[in-house]
Amino acid sequence: MNPAHIDSSGAGRGSFKSYAIGFVFSIILTVVPFALVMSGRLSGAAVLFGIFAAAVVQILVHLHYFLHLDASSAMRWNVMALLLTLLIMTLFVWGTLWIMGYLNYRLT
Amino acid sequence: MTTDASTIDAVQLEESEHPDTVANHAFGFWIYLMTDLVLFASIFATFSVLSRSYAGGPTGKELFNLPYTLGETMFLLFSSAACGMAVLAIYRGKKYGVLAWLGVTFLLGFGFISMEVNEFYHMILDGNGPQRSGFLSAFFTLVGTHGTHVTFGLIWMAVMVFQIIFKGLTTPVQSRLMRLSMFWHFLDIVWIGVFTIVYLMGSIS
Repeated sequence: MNPAHIDSSGAGRGSFKSYAIGFVFSIILTVVPFALVMSGRLSGAAVLFGIFAAAVVQILVHLHYFLHLDASSAMRWNVMALLLTLLIMTLFVWGTLWIMGYLNYRLT
Repeated sequence: MTTDASTIDAVQLEESEHPDTVANHAFGFWIYLMTDLVLFASIFATFSVLSRSYAGGPTGKELFNLPYTLGETMFLLFSSAACGMAVLAIYRGKKYGVLAWLGVTFLLGFGFISMEVNEFYHMILDGNGPQRSGFLSAFFTLVGTHGTHVTFGLIWMAVMVFQIIFKGLTTPVQSRLMRLSMFWHFLDIVWIGVFTIVYLMGSIS
């Protein structure tokens, strides 16, 4: 039986190369922030910046190499939905921290 | 493949699913993942607000064992890569390749969740359960919600193993496997946020 190949638009389509690149980058971008914190050599602010930069880059690596998001027309609506979600997430997190931080300041 | 008339009908009925339907299902599932992301964002926001409300209890620095968390992270990352290999086996139509890689993905995911349950168990045993402080309530809610998602992913994976064995790599089964792989990679992405904001940030201060 030859299974019919499914149309991958909407889910994206990877190759061995894309998974391998994503995997190697992810390993590096995981080990580096852990090493930064565990070594305890840098100052708090520098470590904070380092681990956040590594997290953002690793999330982008996962989105592109594992979930195959790109600028192609097949992926356009997936990217649009993600961008809208990011806006909502920013409002949630930033709004919460702003309001609760201000309340904390006013009540103490 | 020898089949009697009734199963042929069932198979044809299943395989008549149009390719567009597969793409639509994948996109619909993507929308679900986006709503799940909003759920996680609200829990992350809650955690950030409560992350220093120790109520005299232990801090993250005292509780977390970073090499242990790194091990957990590696289990999940290797699991994500194995899931990618399963997807490549789907493209090649290799039924046993898909089963083997899905088995590897399951075992690595199970390793991750076992380590997490073990961490929770010892924290609760030491009196540092979710009732100890606002920080720990938020910690158990955030990490526990992610762990619950992973557990459901494992159940889904087990169901798919049986579907592959009994139905073969039919179009609907392939379509479900693609959605499972999206779910699995998505959970790995959420975990990047968890280990950065909960474990690494908690260990700095």
